[in-house]
Amino acid sequence: MNINLTLFGQMVTFAFFVWFCMKFVWPIIIEAMEERQKKIADGLDAADRALRDLELAQNKATDQMKEAKQEAAGIIDQANKRANQIIDEAKVQAVAEGDRLKAAAEADIEQEINRAKEELRAKVAGLALAGAEKVLEASIDEKSNRALVDKLAAQL
Amino acid sequence: MAGENPATTTEYIQHHLTNLVYGNHPENGWSFAHGAQEASEMGFMAIHVDSMAWSIGLGILFCWLFRTAAKRATTGVPTGLLNFVELIVEFIDGAVKDSFHGRNKMVAPLALTIFVWIFLMNFMDLLPVDLIPELLLLTGVSYQKIVPSTDPNITLGMALGVFVLMLFYSIKIKGTGFISELTMHPFNHWGFIPINLFMETVGLLAKPFSLGLRLFGNMYAGEMIFILIATTFAAGAGAGLIGGGLHAQLFGEETNALFWLVIFILVCSVCGLNLKGKISTGKTVLLCIVFMAIGGGLTALGGGLMQWGWAVFHILVITLQAFIFMVLTVVYLSMAHEEH
Repeated sequence: MNINLTLFGQMVTFAFFVWFCMKFVWPIIIEAMEERQKKIADGLDAADRALRDLELAQNKATDQMKEAKQEAAGIIDQANKRANQIIDEAKVQAVAEGDRLKAAAEADIEQEINRAKEELRAKVAGLALAGAEKVLEASIDEKSNRALVDKLAAQL
Repeated sequence: MAGENPATTTEYIQHHLTNLVYGNHPENGWSFAHGAQEASEMGFMAIHVDSMAWSIGLGILFCWLFRTAAKRATTGVPTGLLNFVELIVEFIDGAVKDSFHGRNKMVAPLALTIFVWIFLMNFMDLLPVDLIPELLLLTGVSYQKIVPSTDPNITLGMALGVFVLMLFYSIKIKGTGFISELTMHPFNHWGFIPINLFMETVGLLAKPFSLGLRLFGNMYAGEMIFILIATTFAAGAGAGLIGGGLHAQLFGEETNALFWLVIFILVCSVCGLNLKGKISTGKTVLLCIVFMAIGGGLTALGGGLMQWGWAVFHILVITLQAFIFMVLTVVYLSMAHEEH
């Protein structure tokens, strides 16, 4: 354990290395680190801001969506009302049309019946005339008259 | 037996605790000392070549590493080395901000230099105690202490550097206040000036000495335990971090270091392959054990395990000591900046 010149050698070396570190190492690294720290802080700030913006945008979107939904519901309501109205109108029209058609059909039937009745009446008259002729031809023979009238009646 | 391989345990230990000294010997002039005797005869006009070389080398390593990182420093995403360096820088910055309240641009870089440099110097303790000395012995260098912080010159040199800074800033910041601090504390009366001066001076001088000697004592004791384990389990040589000790009986002294280097490289490469995922962990452990068993036998393996265990514990010690030295430096400088 000799104390010798090494002591001073180490002191000088020590001073040199401290100077070197002070001049070429520490400030550069610390500066870079601080700058990066600032950058990261800024980045985090920006991220926070973006998050807040996003929240705002989402709120806005939700509001708009709600509005749109309300509007849509209104439109659907209106449409439904309109549809009901149309259906009601159609029903009324349909009933009126049906009545009209029925009336026409009834009138037709009536006409048909009347025509048939006319025809029948004409035929009956003819037949009656023919019957009368035959009756007049064989008025002596009561029996045959009788038979003729029966025959006529059967034809009716 | 200077320059020769040590034979007995005592010689082995002494050999390990002797620096490579270059100095002005009264008889031989400026030369390398052959043994501790000559080294102490050189007195003050000598220099521990090994301590200085390792210390400067590690200092340069620190500067290079951190300078490389500083050049790569970006405000973008940090990667690799820069990440690691920034981790340390931030840690130091936090520690300095916690205990130093003055305004001084020098304290933080000073703390960084102290912490990393002392850590690196302490870290040399974890290298196998015999690995580098034995290898250097093969090239003809007879003594080698590779842990600079087990040399009181190194630790006290740094402590004195800190002391000079303390005095400088005390005078610069406080001016005459520093003198009144030395003379009027703790008893604020002119009659007590001699007593105050004595007490304050002792207190002032105790700071650098405790700073330097604490680090030296801890590292010296740690190194001593590595050496003792090596002598107990494998006299002659030992490998600390990974392998067991050298087995002097099996091989000639000169082949030991090379032989153990081979084992060390084998174990390291197996571990490396495992880390790359080429072989399974079970196989790695097995292979390592086989290599170590081949290397030194069970005795040496026991030594290796103990070396390993102590090394694991020592990781805490070296980090803690580096941290304590740094924090105390910052605290002392903070005191130098504060007006009472």
